[in-house]
Amino acid sequence: MAVAAEKKEVKKIIDLGLEEGAKKLTPEKIEITINNALAAMGGARLDAYVSTCIHCGLCSEACHFYLSHDGDPHFSPVGKVKQTMWEILKNKGRVSPDSVKKIAEIAYTECNLCRRCSMYCPFGIDIAYIISSVRRICHLLGVTPQYLQDTAHSHAATMNQMWLKQDEWIDTLFWQEDDYRREIKNLTIPLDKEGADIMYSVIGPEPKFLAMLIGNAAKIMNVAGIDWTFPSFDGWDNSDMAMFSGDQEIMGRVKRAHFEAAMRLKVKRIVMGECGHAFRSVYDVGNRWFGWKMPPVPVIHAIQFYYELIKEGRIKIVKKFKEPVTLHDPCNVMRGRGLGDMARYVVNAICEDFRDMSPNKEHNYCCAAGGGVINCGPPWKLKRMEGNRVKAEQMKATGARVVITPCHNCHSGIEDIIGYYKLGMHTKFISDILVDAIEVPESMKAKK
Amino acid sequence: MKFLMSEGFYEFVRGPMVWLAFLVFISGSTYRIYKIISGLKKEAVVLPYMSFKYGLRSIAHWATPFGTVNWRRHPVMTTVTFLFHFCLIITPVFLLAHNILLFQSWHIRLWTLPEGLADLMTLIVMLSCVFFLLRRFVAREVRFVTYPSDFFILAIVFLPFFTGFLAYHQLFLPYKALIVLHILCGELMLIAIPFTRLAHMLFSVFTRAYTGSEFGMVRHARDW
Amino acid sequence: MEATQKSEEKVQPISKQGIPSPLHTATPLDRGKDAESRMDWDTKEKMIANTDEWKSRYAEVRPFNVSEDGEKIGAVVQNDDETFTVCINGNPWEETYEKIWSFKFTNEGKAACLVLKDNAWTVALDGIPWNEKFDYAWNLQIAPNGRSIGINIKKDDQYGVCLGDKPWVQGFADVRNLFISSDGTKAAASVAVKRLAEADIFNFQKGVWTVAVNGVPWDKNFVNVWGLAFSPDGRHVAAETRINLYDYAVVVDGNMWPQTYKCVCEPCFTAKNNVIAPVKIAKGWTLALDGKPIWGPFIQVWPPKFSSDGQKIAAVVASEFGRWTIAVDGSAWKQTFSDTVLDPVFSPDGKRVAAIAKESKDPMNMGSSLHSIEGNDRWTIVVDGIPWNQDFDMIWDPVFSPDGSTVAAKAEINGKYCVAVNGKAGKKMFDALWSPVFSPRGDKILVRCIGGGKYYRYVVPLDEI
Repeated sequence: MAVAAEKKEVKKIIDLGLEEGAKKLTPEKIEITINNALAAMGGARLDAYVSTCIHCGLCSEACHFYLSHDGDPHFSPVGKVKQTMWEILKNKGRVSPDSVKKIAEIAYTECNLCRRCSMYCPFGIDIAYIISSVRRICHLLGVTPQYLQDTAHSHAATMNQMWLKQDEWIDTLFWQEDDYRREIKNLTIPLDKEGADIMYSVIGPEPKFLAMLIGNAAKIMNVAGIDWTFPSFDGWDNSDMAMFSGDQEIMGRVKRAHFEAAMRLKVKRIVMGECGHAFRSVYDVGNRWFGWKMPPVPVIHAIQFYYELIKEGRIKIVKKFKEPVTLHDPCNVMRGRGLGDMARYVVNAICEDFRDMSPNKEHNYCCAAGGGVINCGPPWKLKRMEGNRVKAEQMKATGARVVITPCHNCHSGIEDIIGYYKLGMHTKFISDILVDAIEVPESMKAKK
Repeated sequence: MKFLMSEGFYEFVRGPMVWLAFLVFISGSTYRIYKIISGLKKEAVVLPYMSFKYGLRSIAHWATPFGTVNWRRHPVMTTVTFLFHFCLIITPVFLLAHNILLFQSWHIRLWTLPEGLADLMTLIVMLSCVFFLLRRFVAREVRFVTYPSDFFILAIVFLPFFTGFLAYHQLFLPYKALIVLHILCGELMLIAIPFTRLAHMLFSVFTRAYTGSEFGMVRHARDW
Repeated sequence: MEATQKSEEKVQPISKQGIPSPLHTATPLDRGKDAESRMDWDTKEKMIANTDEWKSRYAEVRPFNVSEDGEKIGAVVQNDDETFTVCINGNPWEETYEKIWSFKFTNEGKAACLVLKDNAWTVALDGIPWNEKFDYAWNLQIAPNGRSIGINIKKDDQYGVCLGDKPWVQGFADVRNLFISSDGTKAAASVAVKRLAEADIFNFQKGVWTVAVNGVPWDKNFVNVWGLAFSPDGRHVAAETRINLYDYAVVVDGNMWPQTYKCVCEPCFTAKNNVIAPVKIAKGWTLALDGKPIWGPFIQVWPPKFSSDGQKIAAVVASEFGRWTIAVDGSAWKQTFSDTVLDPVFSPDGKRVAAIAKESKDPMNMGSSLHSIEGNDRWTIVVDGIPWNQDFDMIWDPVFSPDGSTVAAKAEINGKYCVAVNGKAGKKMFDALWSPVFSPRGDKILVRCIGGGKYYRYVVPLDEI
């Protein structure tokens, strides 16, 4: 009886992970796997959510996919739940391999798990949890997007996201240390310094593609006089795409490596770079899998770290950024940690012309890259672009030239959106601006 | 019709059937809540994060008309939703006719709504149901997720008020028949609550409180 | 008898040198007999080096390390010409290098580090570089008995291991999780036997990882291979593996346990060459001994430790969600902790167990990167289930006296360090400190510390700490 609305026809996207995965399935295998998976999940939470949802559709406008597709109900949060979890539950797990493929496509590429919809559902139903559960089922069925699965493999094999070898990690740190020593005298990137106050952790793409972010962090740490360290061993990467592929066992393992690195180094806190999903994975998702109610070592996001450094005068801002900037609020540290005010404090402290977005803070639109969606790779890029016109409009309305994105997924996702919608803007991390804004005391400057 | 109006049947629906309905409603609700909570204990990651303070904070915001961003985005829906739920609960509890029965049976005196107001509130419930019904056809995002069960639960809620309204105004059918139908519909609604998605009456407090706790206590963020 | 009595206390010699040891190494470290008895327990105070003077002498002085007997202090230092060397007790090595890192003392007091010269990395031991040179070298590990050094290496785009200046013959696409046998003669690691193209998820799932022992890979591949362990006699190797995306297995010498699990953690060997590993079953986590569950289940179990006679097993467990403690032979201590509990340490006689625990009053509050939150992140030592009265900003592994009656640990208060004994902070605070060492009779403690810009070696009677 449920009324199907027309869905805009899109060119069929071929993803080898989904295609090959679905080929291996039989109806029996699907049914058994799904029902085992549902039983293992416990089901009480899901049951409460499914019994409570009154099908009111009030969550719809929370979703950037829905808004960007002119209200196509296939893209509303509840619409996506209907096409995935309801479909599974209604059929008691008896769904066809083709349906699994379709379900996987929706769960992995049309939802960023940004949790905005649970702020719009009057009952607070955690739709991201439902979609995550769908992803878990897809993982167990072996139907996952190829590139995301590859990233999960990388986490499993190397404990980092980018297949980085151990020597490559270490060498990047040496190289950044050498580079920044030209600017700051005796700048160090301390490796394995037992008993330091802070372990700084980053995500795989930093040493792989964006090494200067590590140099930026080193400069800030050295100028602020922070006692910090990096592990030279596995556990330095705080990111976790296994969390998004549905491979919870690997997610837990990667988190354990991270926390154990911190405990082994006897640090008091972990400060992490500007990444959102990584924060989620260490703060309130991945840690729980191994029974840590909260992270065993406190984790502090870069925004909060910069905020404290500036507020307490540990670093002094002497050269503010001139171009008009706006700030994109990453879901995992806004809805995920309430850092909206701190982020604004930092941006106002380092930029002359800050133009806020609307809606913002907890209500900001997602970048459409998070939740593992950008990691589904090139086949899905266009879909991701079309799914976030509303973000482009929101950014354009600020009139800013630079979008500050204190999150890696947001950073790449928004750069893509800027290109696709020809907005003529650029993205920057906070640290990109901060390193040029802070005062380096004469005594610390390297001799030219 | 004769059967409907028979004294025996009337006595049954206003006597044992009421008890039965309440029994099913209360035991069914208790069972479902018990099942969910004991299930959540096994899931481990929910109950440890429940916070009374932040749960209540979230409920307070969402129980306030226009108290959240999404309520403000949908002024008509919000107005109707709040009026509907208010009237849905208050009208039957403080209705004169119900209070007389209560007094006759147990000598309990409750405050009573003026009859005209009760009538208006009944009308509001019925019109709200019509609004919700229309919304299921008109709004694309709602139509897409509408199932027969949605009409069914809407009807379950609508009917006791509709029959009560007809009985009060003595329209269409003999009063006796309408009263019997009214009581039956009311009982049906009670019985249906634990076993249909009317159970949101039971669970929404918990789902809201949990999300409020995760957002407030763990993530230090707002959820409204 | 005396040697075995002391062996438990020898669990942390590496961290005593200020170098982090893996949290879950399974094999107790045997650093040679009577290490303590050879030390100088008579000289009450020795000023070994004026470390402040080093700082004026060199452009840069990197973190200090000390030898276990406290007689040596060393650091990587930078000369004015931007070359690096190692300075021991004020005397620099003659040789200088482009880079030096991973500096540590072996159990015998030799200074080891990784050095770079002319674009080649190698190990330098007491200033003498190995003959073998590599494109990269890292993960310098000292064998449990302290007699050999192993490193991960890369040469000609091939990855391998070099143990005691002898590199593995065969190279691999990747090598991780290096593990050295307790006698230092063998090394095992997880190795990738094949290079995969980008995003080749299908071949990965067929399995390209295995275990190589002394460079010779097992003939069976796995999807993943993680934690490894040598048997005490060095003849067997156990590995933690994933055999497909969903099933985890413990593999011993290439043979899988008959059961697979939803997850496993790194295995270890008992004194009798049995293999034990935390495994996840439907009801939670347990310890499995040669494939049979022996404990629990608990919400979580970490890899266990054994008493020196091998009779008792203790492990960190979560007895309920988010509450951590130690279970000894399957029964958990009553007192639990909110944040974490670290690996248990047995007393030499195996009768007592101590562990580090951390508790927070308000664990949801992670409000500052620069300051402690009142009542949060308080570290202490728990002995036989009873936490010390005092807690600290940080605490290091507990050390038992030879008779097991006294527990001491390095502790941090307000950025200074002291030796805490049986729950009480020592009177003296230092700028830097290394873990305490008990005298063979347990009546004295060796305190290795820096105060007032100088490195001292004190021998302090227990009642004067």
